[in-house]
Amino acid sequence: MSKVRIAQLSCGPEYSGVQNEIAEAARSVDAEIFFPDITLKDIRSGFDMFGLDVRSPDLKLAIARARALVEGTVEADAVFIATCFRCAEAAIVRNELRRYIHENSRLPVVSYSFTERTTAGTLLTRMEALTTIARRRALLAREVQEGITMGVDSGSSTTKAVVMRDNQIIGTGWLPTIAVLKSAEDAIELALKEAGIPRDEIQAVGTTGYGRFLVGEKIGADLIQEELTVNSKGAVYLADSQHGPSTVIDIGGMDNKAISVQDGIPGSFTMGGICAGASGRFLEMTAKRLGVDITELGPLAMKGMSTMVPMNSYCIVFGTQSLVNALAAGSTPEDVAAAACHSVAEQVFEQQLQEVDIKEPVLMVGGTSLIQGLVRAMGDLLQTDILVPPHSQYIGAVGSALLASGFIREP
Amino acid sequence: MAKVFIYPTTSLILSDLVARFGHQPLSAALQVRENIQTAGLESPPLQITPEDPKKGLKYAAVEVPSGVRGRMSLYGPMIEEAEAAVIIHDADFSFGCMGCARTNELIQFLLRKREIPILDLRYPRSDEEGVEFVAAIKKFLEELPGGGV
Repeated sequence: MSKVRIAQLSCGPEYSGVQNEIAEAARSVDAEIFFPDITLKDIRSGFDMFGLDVRSPDLKLAIARARALVEGTVEADAVFIATCFRCAEAAIVRNELRRYIHENSRLPVVSYSFTERTTAGTLLTRMEALTTIARRRALLAREVQEGITMGVDSGSSTTKAVVMRDNQIIGTGWLPTIAVLKSAEDAIELALKEAGIPRDEIQAVGTTGYGRFLVGEKIGADLIQEELTVNSKGAVYLADSQHGPSTVIDIGGMDNKAISVQDGIPGSFTMGGICAGASGRFLEMTAKRLGVDITELGPLAMKGMSTMVPMNSYCIVFGTQSLVNALAAGSTPEDVAAAACHSVAEQVFEQQLQEVDIKEPVLMVGGTSLIQGLVRAMGDLLQTDILVPPHSQYIGAVGSALLASGFIREP
Repeated sequence: MAKVFIYPTTSLILSDLVARFGHQPLSAALQVRENIQTAGLESPPLQITPEDPKKGLKYAAVEVPSGVRGRMSLYGPMIEEAEAAVIIHDADFSFGCMGCARTNELIQFLLRKREIPILDLRYPRSDEEGVEFVAAIKKFLEELPGGGV
């Protein structure tokens, strides 16, 4: 299999000491990073024609390289845009280039702002998603689940398993992730029990999520794939929105994903990168402090007014402090629950959704999509109706089971 | 002989001029080639590690982007060492180029704070301006202690 060629458009990674980390992340998914070869003359014309009058020559170089990719004078399978964290000039260029490439080519693109602490491990899932999109377009085009397949999503907070037969979900299992392998085994048992079929009747298995490699190797999965492409596929499949554009938002236990999808395939995406205060973990803490189960937080929030409680969960510690202060000042649990939901939605809106193009329908998936207060808050911020597909908490497992049916071997 | 910081630090022409007039150029010995096949226009040939941006904290605070601090870990010590500087504004990429505008601003500011002799010149756009450009650099370098061909 030939290596996937990822074009790097960047400013600052080599002087930040992270160029090797970027290259290593690409190597680990059998891809290679390359710098589109252009001339000084191309920089002047490419930059002038793009029309963004930036001062940094390396950003002018990135703009010219993006033009070369879009115009096809340089060939690539995917694009990785990386600039220094906290550089405003670079953030503008990063965002505009991502949009420009997304709108004018079929190249999958991901952008990232790094610090000197960025490691290959941090970049792995993003690189894996880029290579999956480039390498497995045929697999990602699958729209119907066939045979009997199983999908396992070993997430940071919960482990989900789904058994599917002939395009129907026939068994599900959902447990907190404690010991990765044990939780996966238990979730699988639950799903098989509900489906009423023995394990040896499963014809193909797919795994995704943080524990995908460990669980996948243990259970002999046919497909081990990162959650960006799998969740996109699962989301549009369950929402019956497999054709045309859509936006998938997954606020997870440890990180968040926002994915701009076209015909079920991610075009651009952003993942994680912000504090735990903007993740499902903060909502778990809120529920615990309010003395309710996480499943009760959503209905509670629906009865409250977020504007009644000042809360900024940019940091999980300060967010919890706001929560405690509000309760001490006499705020109602309903208003506090609503404020927590609004705060998480606002962080994701301000810091992640700006990096993808929001196109309707907007689908919210993952366990947090069951918290109605969070879905309402996100809808208010985006000024659109958010669609939560059925079985949205099983999105990764369903996507894995769907894609795994491409691996069923003929008897 | 004076230690002369040149800006852009990648300019081989400036570096050569400074050396010809008997001084020590403080520069990054990098050539900006016609074809750019590296991450940036003046990517360092040496391997910078994540430790280098931390060394740059001496010149720029932690909220400054890591690329600026990584560059300052190289150029900061040169600025401290400099006894004079030649700064060329709006230079053509082929003359010499430094990739990050924010670093460039900081370098020039720190040079001015040193209160050393500094020659500011605009990059020439015609043959006539080119002659005046070289003459101005020659005069500046000759007047520095130990200057002259």
